[in-house]
Amino acid sequence: MFVINCPYCGEREQSEFKAGGEAHIIRPKQPTELSDDQWAEYLFMRKNIKGIQFERWVHTHGCRKWFNVVRDTSNDVIKAVYKMGEKPPTK
Amino acid sequence: MTKNLRVKTSKFIDETYKISFKFNGKTYYGYKGDTLASALLANDIHLVGRSFKYHRPRGIMTAGSEEPNAIVQLHNNTSRTEPNVRATEIEIYEGLEASSQNCWPSVNFDIGGINNFLSPVLPAGFYYKTFMWPASFWEKYEYFIRKSAGLGKSPIEPDPDIYEHKYIHCDVLIIGAGIAGILAAKTAAKNGYKTLLVDEKPYLGGSTIYQNSEHFKISNQISSSWLEKEINEIKKIKNLEIKIRTSVAAYHGYNFLLARENLTDHIPLEQRSNKIRHRLLKIRAKKVITATGSLERPLIFDNNDRPGILLCSAIEKYANFYGVACGEKNVLFTNNDSAYETAISLYQKGINVEAIIDSREETDSKLIKETEKNSIKVYKGYTVVDTYGYKRINKVSIMQLSKDGQKAIGSKISISCDCLGISGGWTPAVHLFTQSGGKLKFKDEDQVFIPNIYPSDQISIGSCNGEFTLDEIFSTVPKTLKEFLNLKKTDYEDLEIKSSFNKSKRNIWLLPSEKIIGKTKPFVDYQNDATAKDIKLALREGFRSIEHVKRYTTTGMGTDQGKLGNMHALGIISETTGSKMGELGTTTFRPPYTPLTFGTIVGRNVGEYFDVFRKTPIHEWHIENKAEFENVGQWKRPWYYPKNGENMHDAVQRESKAARDSAGILDASTLGKIDIQGTDASEFLNRVYTNSWSKLAIGKCRYGLMLNEDGMVYDDGVTTRLDENHYIMTTTTGGAATVLGKLEDYLQTEWPELDVYLTSVTDHYATVSVCGPNSKKIVSQVIPDLDFSDENFPHMTFRNAKISNIKCRVMRISFTGEHSYEINIQANYGKSVWEKCMEVGKEFNITPYGTETMHLLRAEKGFIIVGQDTDATMTPVDLQMDWIVSKKKYDFIGKRSLYRSDTIREDRKQLVGLLTENPNEVLEEGAQIVADIKKTPIEMLGHVTSSYYSPNLKKSIALGVVKSGKNMIGQKLVIPMKNKQINVTVADPVFLDKENKRLNA
Repeated sequence: MFVINCPYCGEREQSEFKAGGEAHIIRPKQPTELSDDQWAEYLFMRKNIKGIQFERWVHTHGCRKWFNVVRDTSNDVIKAVYKMGEKPPTK
Repeated sequence: MTKNLRVKTSKFIDETYKISFKFNGKTYYGYKGDTLASALLANDIHLVGRSFKYHRPRGIMTAGSEEPNAIVQLHNNTSRTEPNVRATEIEIYEGLEASSQNCWPSVNFDIGGINNFLSPVLPAGFYYKTFMWPASFWEKYEYFIRKSAGLGKSPIEPDPDIYEHKYIHCDVLIIGAGIAGILAAKTAAKNGYKTLLVDEKPYLGGSTIYQNSEHFKISNQISSSWLEKEINEIKKIKNLEIKIRTSVAAYHGYNFLLARENLTDHIPLEQRSNKIRHRLLKIRAKKVITATGSLERPLIFDNNDRPGILLCSAIEKYANFYGVACGEKNVLFTNNDSAYETAISLYQKGINVEAIIDSREETDSKLIKETEKNSIKVYKGYTVVDTYGYKRINKVSIMQLSKDGQKAIGSKISISCDCLGISGGWTPAVHLFTQSGGKLKFKDEDQVFIPNIYPSDQISIGSCNGEFTLDEIFSTVPKTLKEFLNLKKTDYEDLEIKSSFNKSKRNIWLLPSEKIIGKTKPFVDYQNDATAKDIKLALREGFRSIEHVKRYTTTGMGTDQGKLGNMHALGIISETTGSKMGELGTTTFRPPYTPLTFGTIVGRNVGEYFDVFRKTPIHEWHIENKAEFENVGQWKRPWYYPKNGENMHDAVQRESKAARDSAGILDASTLGKIDIQGTDASEFLNRVYTNSWSKLAIGKCRYGLMLNEDGMVYDDGVTTRLDENHYIMTTTTGGAATVLGKLEDYLQTEWPELDVYLTSVTDHYATVSVCGPNSKKIVSQVIPDLDFSDENFPHMTFRNAKISNIKCRVMRISFTGEHSYEINIQANYGKSVWEKCMEVGKEFNITPYGTETMHLLRAEKGFIIVGQDTDATMTPVDLQMDWIVSKKKYDFIGKRSLYRSDTIREDRKQLVGLLTENPNEVLEEGAQIVADIKKTPIEMLGHVTSSYYSPNLKKSIALGVVKSGKNMIGQKLVIPMKNKQINVTVADPVFLDKENKRLNA
């Protein structure tokens, strides 16, 4: 069980959080103008990386805020956390 | 004729404290400090159980948690009975009753023993190969297989004990209180770390604490005396917590560990009531030091499983710690120096050692010289080729080993004995380390796997890290601790260490005999009866991966998880296939390290605390009025209110009729309520619902349907505009939390620019819903100040009102199709409003109804229930609810998905009504719907989602989903049931009052 450093509350047990899948998938601004394939790309296609992955988490049993996590899926080490709207760390 | 094999007073056993216990119905005596195993051995009992597959007689093999054979049932046929308890771990107490498992009628005479003679026809994979065909026979096989499966018997009565969970946070956790663990605990605690030291045993000091030999000294003191002083010292350190009888079960990522603290298993039953039995510790440690020690390996040779065959280290512990001799004529068989330590201990205690068989040729070990001085015969370069004696070993035969160790040569020598000690060297206990995600490496010179890459802030020290001897520990551990704990020095540097242990070893995974392997039974996994022969068979049949061999032969799959034999399985595979041990890897070590009881796992979450439940403010009234309850999400909702012994059907018929004929009352407090405020609230609703909200006037209510981004219906409910920038949304009872979560998600991540605030107010309000033709008369008396005229208060509007100065919101909305009102009031007034409605409604026969009647009434009206008539594959179009999907709105959640190639298919399953040919026949919910039963395979067109007998329409009605159902109105379909076929006609899903006359009445 991870310890996650919520950017608003600090370090908390994983059981207080929920994972929300891959981060930085932006909902298309004009869905009606997309082809079925383009829409499917947004709707269904997700990466499943062994290694560094950017993902969304929400502090469900805490501040209820969504934020981003950089996690190495091969060993579950969390490399960084940052707020929604902030740029992902480059290193 | 039981003998007393107590040899010498041991300071760990209190001989003034005699304890009686029963084993297989017979009374025996032991002393305080004994385990069941040591007490049985003191009574000269080795035969404890029968093996799993062949039912071979088995005895005590070890003195610890790795025990594969001596597992017993405690207190059989009582509520406290427990199977598979290791006799080597359970401490005896007055009144302990233990019995053998897996044998019938008794351990001495076991019918299942026939399997031993059938063993040539019971090879590895026997069950897989035999019970495959013909498939229809499985039901017959199953009975017999289930009967012979499993070892002990699980309890069938409720557990009388109390269990508890506890969180612990510490700076340093040390697992194992052997000599390495003690060094670590003192070092960490004295340097200011908040330290926790745990050990599975009831004492501290590991195996060093009973080491009384002149050959092992620290600072010129015998190692046990030196360690005892250290232990006394650490007990005084304030920031060090010590927990004995505490076994770490699991080591997860981020240094999160689970341990089971055993509090009452060692005290008499009558003293256990109202005490906590086990405590599950959930430990979060900044740093972890693993000092779990090592397990002695057996040796693999023909018939190496007879009662009386023990590990050398176990024999030594029984003698030194418990003061018990395992036999009077002991023979030891070894490939390393450990057996000589045992021999010296036995000699000191006056226990006879007949001979030592050492697979090594000449070594310059001091211990061997010492042993030979005591005129114990040592056979060098020999191996045991067979053993004799069915229920107790009585003889071994030995032969010389060839130079390459692959053959037994020369003539056979027989040595009679009543106990055989075996030692195949030591295996570091790396189970917890690998559970944590650590990677191992194979150390060729010692033939062991040791920790290599650590996944978290942790370190392994002592013999679990391959540091087996006293001098290795003192030359390595202090250095490791300094680095790990950032210290300048420890108390343990430059101590004078004397260790006579010679590490040389002759490792032969499978020892040869004069027989071919097919004729031998060299056991690798004792509990599961997997032999070296089975492993070789698996390899011949093409299995290569260690994980596959494990599953095929069941090696390592018993309650002991193969703590003894797994290394040999690997070794035999490596030798047979010519692959390197390091490349083979190990099987996965899974938690728990030793089995946990279910009680420990669930803790206090039993009975009514198993899962929390929520009750409405009106709950007490429902109980007083004998409601039957239904679980909806976490809520307890009244299901129906039986009167005068009614069954559910009768109650529901009465309630439904009353609601349509006069008045019904429903507790709707469980519906999710979300308060939505902000200048962009209307725009937000436009985006999350399929219909349009911009033009909804203040004071009006509107039904909304919410989709997932994939276009599938997710939730529904009525939302009311309370003010310009203020709405209250209702959700389904079960969906409240996830809807709020989803809305928050969009608000925070996709549309942070919107000025909208969401608050869950589900618990803040009680909701009393009154419906039926007389609802207005009732509610207007409850709230006399409000103008209930249709002009002032039409359907789908809301009004603020007061009941005796208490503010409330009244909505004229309906889920039943009847004229109805919902009164929302601050939760703690809910019950009094309900009671007021009941009082006023008495003259109108106001009838409380539950969820079942609510479902029936809404089905008559063709209203869907999300989650009953829908699953995650239904679009609004599939539900024939196109009317609620805005064509004008540019976007809303799920809109684009409504015209994907898949969602516009004409032959999707669509919601329809179903009417049975016989109006009294009520369909079963979930029943399959087909068109033609003659054409096979029969095509399933859909299924029934809701079905009731309607007392108001006097016929059976149902809703279902049917492929292309929209275009099938009037068509006949068939519902095949087990004994009959039911003919139905596809109908419009609205059965009652399509014109909404009743709503507006």
